[in-house]
Amino acid sequence: MSVTVLLFASYADALGTTSLSLDLPTDATVADVLADLRLRPGAERLPPAPLVAVNQHYARLTTRLHADDEVAVIPPVAGG
Amino acid sequence: MTPVARLHRDPIEPTSLVRAVSGASHGAVLLFLGVVREMNDGREVSGIEYSAYEPMAARELSDIAQAAEARFASSAVAIEHRLGALALEEVSVGIAVAHPHRSVAYDASRWIIEELKRRVPIWKREQYVDGHREWVDPTGRGTSTAEPEVLT
Repeated sequence: MSVTVLLFASYADALGTTSLSLDLPTDATVADVLADLRLRPGAERLPPAPLVAVNQHYARLTTRLHADDEVAVIPPVAGG
Repeated sequence: MTPVARLHRDPIEPTSLVRAVSGASHGAVLLFLGVVREMNDGREVSGIEYSAYEPMAARELSDIAQAAEARFASSAVAIEHRLGALALEEVSVGIAVAHPHRSVAYDASRWIIEELKRRVPIWKREQYVDGHREWVDPTGRGTSTAEPEVLT
């Protein structure tokens, strides 16, 4: 199945893109997305356990994904 | 009525925020403005660029406004956060709270800004007078967090 991964701010700078499409097994979780990202150049600048949102809600490493989900990897927020 | 809660590309108008919450039942109207300041961590700042995961940030702002009105009964709340390039002294965030009594208005205003800073996916990149620019990490952990952190 395919999911969209969004990257922002310092994480987008680290990986050199703001958006990726990943092909994952049907039982994939958030942790699988992060494992895929870690293989990419620049991923050493990501923290061990970044915040992640699935379909615009904060999620856990164990959150199961579904086809066409939007997975956002969220740097430390700095509003205000 | 759904409270005002939005991202804003144009300058924030404090008077419109105040107008959105004012009413005859509210004896207290409190306005908080976050403003771009010239020094941060000893470095001279010339401006800040704000960006967001916009659909989620807008929803989180709306959730916070509605949660505040539920948590602080009888309050009216309006929140706006600016995006884009801001110069010194420009308003980055505006929060208006009205309540029959001042003490609840103060509590609600403080709660809203702390929630906003904790969970709304907005980022800022500071531009420094020396020409450098950097993403701000308020957690102070650089890019490293040891444990998964889940916000609910």
